[in-house]
Parts: sequence; structure tokens; C-alpha cells
Amino acid sequence: MSIFVDETTTVVIQGVSPTSQGLYHGLRNRDYGTKVVAGTNPRRGGEVIEGIPVFASVKEAVEATGATASFISVPPPHAAAAIEEAAEAGISFVVCITEGIPAQDEARTYNRLVQEFPRTRLLGPNCPGIISPGKCNIGITSGDIAMPGGPVGIVSRSGTLTYQALHELSQQGVGQTTCVGIGGDPVPGTNFIDCLAAFEADPDTRAVMMIGEIGGSEEERAAEYIAANLTKPVVSYVAGVTAPPGRKMGHAGAIVSGSQGTAQAKMDALSAAGVTVALNPTEAGERMVEIVKALP
Amino acid sequence: MTENENETENETENEERIAVDLYEYQGKQYFARFGIPTSPGGVADTVDEAVVQADAAGYPVVVKAQVKVGGRGKAGGIKLAADAAEARRHAEAILGMDIKGHVVHRLWVEHASDIAREYYASFTLDRPAKLHLGMLSAEGGVEIEEVAATNPDAIARLHVDPVRGIDRGAVADWVERAGLDEAARAQATDLLVELYRCYVDGDCDLAEINPLILTTDGRVHALDAKVTLDDNASFRHPEWAEYAATESEDPREVMAKEKGLNYIGLSGTVGIIANGAGLAMSTLDVVNQVGGSAANFLDIGGGANADVMAAALEVINADPAVRSIFVNIFGGITRVDEVAKGVIEALARVDLRSPIVLRLDGTNADAGRALLAPHLSDRLLSEPTMLDGARRAVALVGS
Repeated sequence: MSIFVDETTTVVIQGVSPTSQGLYHGLRNRDYGTKVVAGTNPRRGGEVIEGIPVFASVKEAVEATGATASFISVPPPHAAAAIEEAAEAGISFVVCITEGIPAQDEARTYNRLVQEFPRTRLLGPNCPGIISPGKCNIGITSGDIAMPGGPVGIVSRSGTLTYQALHELSQQGVGQTTCVGIGGDPVPGTNFIDCLAAFEADPDTRAVMMIGEIGGSEEERAAEYIAANLTKPVVSYVAGVTAPPGRKMGHAGAIVSGSQGTAQAKMDALSAAGVTVALNPTEAGERMVEIVKALP
Repeated sequence: MTENENETENETENEERIAVDLYEYQGKQYFARFGIPTSPGGVADTVDEAVVQADAAGYPVVVKAQVKVGGRGKAGGIKLAADAAEARRHAEAILGMDIKGHVVHRLWVEHASDIAREYYASFTLDRPAKLHLGMLSAEGGVEIEEVAATNPDAIARLHVDPVRGIDRGAVADWVERAGLDEAARAQATDLLVELYRCYVDGDCDLAEINPLILTTDGRVHALDAKVTLDDNASFRHPEWAEYAATESEDPREVMAKEKGLNYIGLSGTVGIIANGAGLAMSTLDVVNQVGGSAANFLDIGGGANADVMAAALEVINADPAVRSIFVNIFGGITRVDEVAKGVIEALARVDLRSPIVLRLDGTNADAGRALLAPHLSDRLLSEPTMLDGARRAVALVGS
């Protein structure tokens, strides 16, 4: 099994045109085997682009194709509205990779989803997406570096480190159930705890790798959750031990201020929760391989 | 003043990202857009201008250094002046003053207030709660972290649902809970509603007033302003262009900014280039773990074409402290063979002072390494993993 997306997931790409990012990634996802069933574009309803039927709205796309998931990579000024349009149309899993959405828009959209569309889960924004190897890939992750069959679930706040984690495991012959990139924005639709809970409930996931980053307190909260709820082994790596304090390093979420949110504080909290904490991505891969080999 | 603004514009023509922390005077001007009362005052870049502003504000005045660092008062950067002669003396002393490494180039001169009480007020995002958070305290004028640590009950909190927005009745209750003086409550309630509007409609990450004061003649207004703008929202705030001053005094960062690179200067000897902020941070960590120190943080983003790579190498090459360079690229969508071609082309364009270690991994890594093979030398090395690459780059520092 896998979490959030699998071989039954059907995807609508929001904002397709022959030159859009959405189409580019959507076609890559389709090549991987993802069931891409529709696209949307208010000015191109009725067209077929690269074999993908285009509808004027998500609502029409869902009515015609029964799509269950959507993929959004539209520019920041339009992204929040696109997420809400998907939720209004009944989409249950929305992946938004758009980087640079204003925090005020994110906060408002997140709360609107929680209040009005509790059955819609948002992944992102500003995330690489999700891949259940061999079944479904929504986003920008390269399918080549993932390996089907489990038993490891991956959840990560950082884009390139997500790839790094997949690569480290696949190279050692250790597969993944699902790899979720939650993104580093201030108000992520899906957080570590959501993924940890889903991995705990998934019988095929037998160990979890968690990649964190400086800033915020999500890793500390995840540590508390792991201590109280997880029966499966967790290996973690937190990037940014040597990051200079008080500087933004490209991610809105990765801000260090004072002693709060430092990589060290996060690693300490995770260690105290019984998590195997590695000092770099390679070591995290090695620890996970050892754990998987020792599984009964 | 006009002259100086023109200068600022010229300097920042190529600026893409906008400085997010506003100076006090900018914060006060931002507050004014939303009807939040502040003391009458003006900006001065010279001693003569300071006296003109002081005359206009009305004595006594306060002459305040405009630097983005705390502890201005203790450093002598905030002075009270009873008349023009005193304002001139203070302006002379403060302009050019070095406050914790920040040189004062600009003053804010405002009419001095007769303070009866000092409060604290702010709005920011409570990330764990995913709601907006207002904080209000009757014990303002000091570091709020100190109040939070020693007397947490002295801070009244108000969570605001971003969908529903703020409710004036809830704000009035909040003001009462915080224990603001009776005389200040109605005005403070109005001001806080405006502060929330400034925070939301003004796309602030933080809108903070410390101190918010009650004057002896019963008026409530902002005596300081700390505003941090969310640069992601700059597309809907053309008026923010005036804040796009060159912030950095680090020549490496200025150069990187001109080339549109996400660069932060550090004090070490290993120049770092990586794709993705997470991988770049991780590269710093690994270099540190194997006994080295990074000269910089540099994220060249998802792709790694020859132009971006050449620009990155030029910036690193210009840093005299750099003794070796570690390029750490993980090819996902951008395949490693494409990255390798970009690196080879970039190396042909830039005459590097330091040896360079490449770690190229990910999709098509074997093809990429094969492309690099004929170019390898004791000045251009390739390592298969991040750790090996970091070790090699650190070893080269001493060579």
C-alpha cells in the first residue's frame, strides 16, 4: 500500500496550455504511469492537448472524468484561487508546487479548506509533490530515483533533500511506499504529523524517514507525536546545523531566530523521542538501510 | 531628500527581491497609510536637514538613528533635543555613528512625546496554530521576549481566523484583558483594528509597535514601528519599490544579487554551490562536519545551466577567502549529463583561482561523470558522494 495517492488516483492538471509548467510536469507524471485524466484552462475548454481533454473549470473536469486529485503549478497571484477552486469542485487531494504565494493568502486558503472542505487535503504549496513509486507521481520528483515496493515512507520539508533521500535508499535496494514533500512554507496544507499518522496506519510502511529543516517548530511537534503514537522506527535528518542565525536561506520557513527553531534543538527533540538522528543525508540513508535489514 | 531617493533607485535598478525589514521611519510611513497615529516627524540625511525637520516637528524633538538593529538607545543613537542648537549637535554625533556594525546614514526626527504609559502591540502569524496572532501588553517599552519569559501573563493574546477576520468587540475585550489604562482603551481598540488591517492588507509578516504609548494629554499612538513585509506579496504592492534599497554592505552579496543568485556570505574558506536551499544548507553542514568551513551559501535552484553556473563561479571566484570550491548538484528533472555540460561550459568561461570539486549525482549520473572524465585534473576533481566531495574540498584548502 501507500499513502494519499496510488494506482486508483486520477489527476486533473489545473492551468494547461501548450507552454505551461503544468503541462510539462503533467506529461512527465503521465509518462511515469500516473492517470492524468484532464486539464483545465478557462480559455481552452473543449480542446485536447497532448491527448489530455481540457475543461474550462475543475468542476466540469470532475463531472466529466471523476478526477480525484489535482495538480497546481500556476503563478503565485493565482495559486490560492486555484486551490480553492479544486476544493469547491470536490477534489480530495490537491498538490500545489507553486513557490512564492503570499503568506496571507496561504493562511486564508488553509483555514477556508479546514472550515468548508474538510475532505480536501492540500499538499504544499511550495513542495516537490508526492510519489508512490510504481503507482502514482504528482509533482516534480524524478520517478527514476524512486523504487517501488516499500517498506520505507519518506516525509520531507526540503525539495532537493527529498530526492537525495530517495536516491540514498534506492541505491541500497531499499524501496519506498510513498515519498511526500510537504514543502517549507509557513502554512503547509499537510504537515509532518499528518504524514506520520498515515504511515503509521499503512501496513506496508514499516519504517519512516523524516527530513527536516531549520525554522519553525514543526519538527519539535512531530517529535512529540512520534513519542506518543509511532510504533515504527523513524530515522531523521535536519538540515541547517551550520546555518547563520537570522538569515533567510531561500525558504520562507527556514528562518532561525535565537535558540528556537535551530537544527540542534530539533535534533535533540527527535533524539529524545527515540528517533535515530543522522548528521547528513548519506548517514540517514545508511541508518535506514540497517534498520530495514533488521526488520523481522 | 529627493536627490537621495534618485540615487537609491539607480543603485537598485536590477533588484528583483525586496528588502523585507523596514526602517523605523518606513514602518511609521507604512502605518500612516492605514491611519495608525504616529508622532509628527521627518527623515534627514544631513545635519542641516535634521534641523529643518526638527523645526517643522516642533521642540522638544527626538533624533533617532535609522539602523536595522536593536539597542540604538543604549548605543547613543537616540537623543532628546530642546532646541535647534541641540538638535544640530545630536545629528552631528549620530550621523556616521557605527551601531553594532551598522553605520548610520539616515535620521528620523520627530516631536518628543510626553509619555504617561508604554504598551506593546503586534500581529504576526502563529505558524503552529495556523491563525493570526495578536499580542498586547500593558508592559511595553522593553524587550517583549523578556516580558514573555519573566511574566508571561502580562501578554494578552488574540487569535484571529484569517477567513472571518477581526471583530471590533473581540478587540475591545482583548484590550481590557491586557489591562490597558481606561483612558487608552477606546483609542487603542481603534488603533489595533487598523494595525490588523495594516498587517493583512499590507501583507506584513510582522507589524509591531513597541512602545505603543498613552501621552499625558490622553492620546494613544505608535512611538516605534517594526514592520516586516512578505516579499512574496510584492506583485500586488507596486508602492514597495521605494523600499528596494541595497541592504547588504557585503560586496560578495551585492555582486550575487546583481546576478540574481540566492547567496549569503559567510566567513569560511570553502566556496559552496548547490541546487536547492535544503541541499545547500546540507552541504554547509557536511563541510563543517568534516572539519572545514563554508565561505558562503549559494543555491542555484532546480536547474543548473551554463549561464547560472558561470555566474555562480564568478561570484565565488571573487571572494579572496575562498581556497577551494565544492559544487554539489543532485540532478532530478535536470539530468546530470545536462548539468555536466553546463559545468564544462561555465569552467571554460571563468578563470578559477581555486581548485574545484564536483559531486554530481542523480538521474543519468554515469553519463554525466563520463562527460566530465576528460576534463578532470588536480584543479578539477570529481567525487561520487556528498561526504567524499566535502572531504576532498576541505583537504584542498590546506594545499
